[in-house]
Amino acid sequence: MSEAIQVHPEYNYKVIRQFAVMTVVWGIVGMLVGVFIAAQLYWPALNFDTPWLTFSRLRPLHTNAVIFAFGGCALFATSLYVVQRTCHVRLFSDKLASFTFWGWQLVIVLAAITLPMGITSSKEYAELEWPIDILLTIVWLSYIINFFGTMIIRKVSHIYVANWFFGAFMLTVAVLHIANSMVIPVSLTKSYSLYSGAVDAMIQWWYGHNAVGFFLTAGFLGMMYYFVPKQAGRPVFSYRLSVVHFWALISLYIWAGPHHLHYTALPDWTQSLGMAMSIILFVPSWGGMINGIMTLSGAWHKLRTDPILRFLVVSLSFYGMSTFEGPMMAIKTVNALSHYTDWTVGHVHSGALGWVAMVSIGAIYHLIPVLFERQKMYSLKLVNVHFWLATIGVVLYIVAMWISGVLQGLMWSAINADGTLTYSFVESLEASMPFYLVRFIGGVFVVLGMLIMAYNCYRTIKGDSLQEPAFEEAKTA
Amino acid sequence: MSSFWSIWISVITLGSILGCYLLLRWCLANKTGVEEGDDMHHEFDGIVEINNQLPKWWTMLFYICIVWGVVYLVLYPGLGSFKGVLNWQSSNQNIRSLAESKAAVEALKTNGIVSQYDREVAAADKAFAPIFEAYYQKSVEELAKDPEALKVGQRLFAQNCSQCHGSDAGGQRGFPSLIDDDWLYGGSPDKIKETLLNGRKAMMPAWIDVLGAKGVDEVVAYTLSLSNRPDLDQSLVTAGKDKFTNCVACHGPDGKGNQAFGAPNLTDQIWLYGATEKSVTETLTYGRNGVMPAFKDTLGEKKIHLVASYVYSLSQK
Repeated sequence: MSEAIQVHPEYNYKVIRQFAVMTVVWGIVGMLVGVFIAAQLYWPALNFDTPWLTFSRLRPLHTNAVIFAFGGCALFATSLYVVQRTCHVRLFSDKLASFTFWGWQLVIVLAAITLPMGITSSKEYAELEWPIDILLTIVWLSYIINFFGTMIIRKVSHIYVANWFFGAFMLTVAVLHIANSMVIPVSLTKSYSLYSGAVDAMIQWWYGHNAVGFFLTAGFLGMMYYFVPKQAGRPVFSYRLSVVHFWALISLYIWAGPHHLHYTALPDWTQSLGMAMSIILFVPSWGGMINGIMTLSGAWHKLRTDPILRFLVVSLSFYGMSTFEGPMMAIKTVNALSHYTDWTVGHVHSGALGWVAMVSIGAIYHLIPVLFERQKMYSLKLVNVHFWLATIGVVLYIVAMWISGVLQGLMWSAINADGTLTYSFVESLEASMPFYLVRFIGGVFVVLGMLIMAYNCYRTIKGDSLQEPAFEEAKTA
Repeated sequence: MSSFWSIWISVITLGSILGCYLLLRWCLANKTGVEEGDDMHHEFDGIVEINNQLPKWWTMLFYICIVWGVVYLVLYPGLGSFKGVLNWQSSNQNIRSLAESKAAVEALKTNGIVSQYDREVAAADKAFAPIFEAYYQKSVEELAKDPEALKVGQRLFAQNCSQCHGSDAGGQRGFPSLIDDDWLYGGSPDKIKETLLNGRKAMMPAWIDVLGAKGVDEVVAYTLSLSNRPDLDQSLVTAGKDKFTNCVACHGPDGKGNQAFGAPNLTDQIWLYGATEKSVTETLTYGRNGVMPAFKDTLGEKKIHLVASYVYSLSQK
């Protein structure tokens, strides 16, 4: 861990520290809200008949908090760190970086106030009303200028692959956000979309799917491309694989949105096209997983001694699993079973908790000692406890939703000899209840892990170091 | 879709897929100027990249998916207005009304191209129509005693009616209970079927502009007195009695209601929108608009016959 004490006074670490700490804070907040609404689905009385505590208002708060507050802060922290470290130059502008940080926190706080109040554009993953959307756009532009500015003044001739992914992520998210948020305002808190009907649905899912594709995939692949080789101390497996999977991934993802609208009023040709592209997309998606996992070849033994590396490797496994599952669910016949069921919810969380959260957590554990000039994390044992809590929590969550989803899909389509549906909706809901409890328990595991992380980070930043024997799981065997 | 857009879509689609293929070929051939297995001679914060060949199985998978994608787009609609050689469609495209939809179904039959939806509906009709036809030959009264028929009727009720009337048909605020003997529009088999086929629109007007707030209070008091509500302000009841003349056109001089208008009986203990003084005041002040949707087009007369039998049976116990 000589890396940890290596001081780079020429880099701007202040903004990275801020974003890294807020990643943990917003992670806890967002996931707690998630656990609370998961509990509401099992114990409906938990909405206390209070409008702002109902599932309908807290669900967008949960998604916004985990995607944009937790995931967003993790992306800001890592991208602004990686761009400095791999361009061998300080950030283009410290002032802009400060603006990005405080602006982003303001957006999050405004979201946390307006969404429970019921102020919403009612577009999924884009619920914020127009004044916040405009603020978000300005903050995002400051981020883009700073990131690309830093790349322009870089002191190395090539641009590292992590920065390709970060760059593609931030440019595409800007285009998606602006196009999807076009509205006609009627007041400060209410607006109407510029689009209507099937066009509105198509724009919404073009945005929605690419929020997954670029925000939650390309951005985090950028993170993976720095922290995996760095933490493993191994060279990246294949430069050429990174070239082909980068260009194929970003050119194919943008087509995949219509698979969210199979068998709807969207024209058939659009649905089929979205499905065909989704299937081809499977291969470049796996390119990133292969490049990450093969980077570990020759360093597998490190998994026994490095719990941080475990987070990174398991995140890649979940990434591979959900990018296989996604194209399968995009097939019309599979979609006919899976759509509108809990299977989708499970799929999203295998991506969000298994991939996005795990890779972010690994990156943050790598970053905290470096940023605060400590030898290592306060306790690697606690990192390991977090790892197991997170893994068990995610597996409980996904398996519960798989079973519940397939059960719902089958119950909804079961018919009697006379052609009437065998089950009413409420019967399928009743059948799902045990799995809602399991999902809630899975969520509790994940949040507990995050709380341990917060404690571990706090002690590390404070300057404490737990005297523990060199971490090695194998000893117990 | 104009041919311009059709070409536009096809060119970008096929161009993207071809682009992926060429990219793959280009990366398979080592054009980096670095020997295979060597590192790329650039280093970023200590990270180096190896110039390794793409994994063979992954490359094969990529080829397979590209070929699959192209074949799919040849077979199915996707490239603009090209319909695909299988002539498949999920439903009739570009439909804007029920009439257009019905015309399209007929037109497609003669062309031999049937949408997936129409095909599935036709198959279901063929398989299940005889069952419903057989039940249709029997009267509602007869079916109400046939346990098998009631099971079918109950399932149809659970899927189509329970959202408002409840799984036990006990109703909820604003949606009448179907298990008591109180009927807004009549509980005979024919009346129940009429309600189901054509729907009902109930209209209780708002009286605040005519009666004023005080007048509303008075009429509310009188209305509540009709069902022997205790502890009423008798002066209000007396004053309300005169103003109740406004209500007799629908609810009748004795307040017993009129099934021709769906006007509820005010003398019993059944209150569609709540029995409290507050709810009744709200009803008189702002009026009510109750809607029972028509199910003729959704369920068809034969299934409605079974639902009606089930609903009829509920009040025959």
